[in-house]
Amino acid sequence: MKKNKQSLFVVIAAVFSVLSGFAQADEFTKDDEQRWQQQFMDSVKQGRELWTSPTLGSNGVVCAQCHPNAANTHPETYPKFQKQIGKVIPLWEMINWCLRNPLEGQPLAADDPKMIAIQAYVTYERRGVKLEPGKH
Amino acid sequence: MTTFNNSRRSFIKTGGALALGTTLPISLVELAFADTAENFSFAYISDAHIQHISGNRFVRNWDQGLKRAVAEANLLTPKPDFVMFGGDLAQLGSKPELDHGAEIMSALSHKVHYVMGEHDYYLDLGAYWEKLFGPQFYSFDHKGVHFIVLNSIRTYDDWTYKRWPTAEQRMSEMAGLDNPNGSPFMVGDEQRKWLKADLDKVAKTTPIVVFSHSPLQKIYKGWNFWTEDAEQIQALLKPFAKVSVIYGHVHQIQYNQIGNISFNSVMATAWPWPYPSTYAQAEQYLPKLTVPMNRADPFQERDATGWQFVNVASGRVDLNFTLYNNSERSVRFNLKNKHPEDRDYQAESSRIPPQSHY
Repeated sequence: MKKNKQSLFVVIAAVFSVLSGFAQADEFTKDDEQRWQQQFMDSVKQGRELWTSPTLGSNGVVCAQCHPNAANTHPETYPKFQKQIGKVIPLWEMINWCLRNPLEGQPLAADDPKMIAIQAYVTYERRGVKLEPGKH
Repeated sequence: MTTFNNSRRSFIKTGGALALGTTLPISLVELAFADTAENFSFAYISDAHIQHISGNRFVRNWDQGLKRAVAEANLLTPKPDFVMFGGDLAQLGSKPELDHGAEIMSALSHKVHYVMGEHDYYLDLGAYWEKLFGPQFYSFDHKGVHFIVLNSIRTYDDWTYKRWPTAEQRMSEMAGLDNPNGSPFMVGDEQRKWLKADLDKVAKTTPIVVFSHSPLQKIYKGWNFWTEDAEQIQALLKPFAKVSVIYGHVHQIQYNQIGNISFNSVMATAWPWPYPSTYAQAEQYLPKLTVPMNRADPFQERDATGWQFVNVASGRVDLNFTLYNNSERSVRFNLKNKHPEDRDYQAESSRIPPQSHY
């Protein structure tokens, strides 16, 4: 019982610290930025592992076989009209097309951490290129 | 098939004018082709990347690319004098992959000469490949042309012999084109010594055609569109009047002229690669002369893949790209400009939107 009260107190303290955090939304530090960047880079790293993983699909083919360094994926052009699908689609739908076809595998949900990691990797490799949504 | 037949018709129709481009007057053509008996053609198939899944299963997509090239090359009329295979028959150098690839290739009704690719090599350093296809580097003479085949995908001994705990890991590290753990390709001392001795026996007026897997020029190191000792090879070839280098590995159309040496790449039967210029982080040197292949449509499984037939006329090579889902391309040596040129698209103004890569 005593233990439960203690943990409740810890939870309340945590909630307050989060709330006070909100109150000072603008006041983040260099350390915070580095931490957030590290979170992103962890996702990029996971994406690179998936990009070169023979087990992402079913036939051993990896994304990097056709797209070294994620070249020719053009994340800066999505969403765009994909003529072969006949509508405007986001990048993750095109990634699923590749998972199903050349990789003969299963598609991923849009919010699957793997799907997010793949997009983080592809976009990171394209850093510095200007956005051109819709460009074919 | 229709496109293919058309391309053959135009080949037969334009006959001897192939080497010269379309701008030269007929009299010059006749002069250049004084000894037309010496003109011939060969087919060039490359980069099949036959990939084993398990048991008797192989990646269907890559199988289809090679089977189609073999079937079409068998239909060539006039019959080519021989077929070259430009390397990377296998994906991970295994016996099942090399056997399966050799079986598909065995349907060819021509003599085939093989070039070693890194995907054939780094599992057992070419041991099984040699049993199937013969020596890793060699030369032969055909109708007055001296042909040389190099194994250009070797690398530093330290990387090959000391870096990796298993042969499988060594193969898999080199198989990733963009893998930073890879190592630059090179011909190396042993073969350069052999090449020098081989060339010493050849008259400087004899046309030379060199086959390598990697470009014997430096384009982009990150993907091994590169040969570390390229300049040394070029120096050995410099004294000869007519030299052509034809290479695979890059899965795209490239061509260039460095001094007396013409460079031409060939397409893969398996899949196309992006041009290095499309990798935003890359420092690369794609030859300015090159008019790129069309950007691939991923929804067409065989788009931006294909094979070549090569006409050798007066010791110069002209590459005709037979592209499964695309208009054919033809890159020919222009005698006037003294470098290879695309027959249809060389002028800036004649290029089409799919040839712009970004």
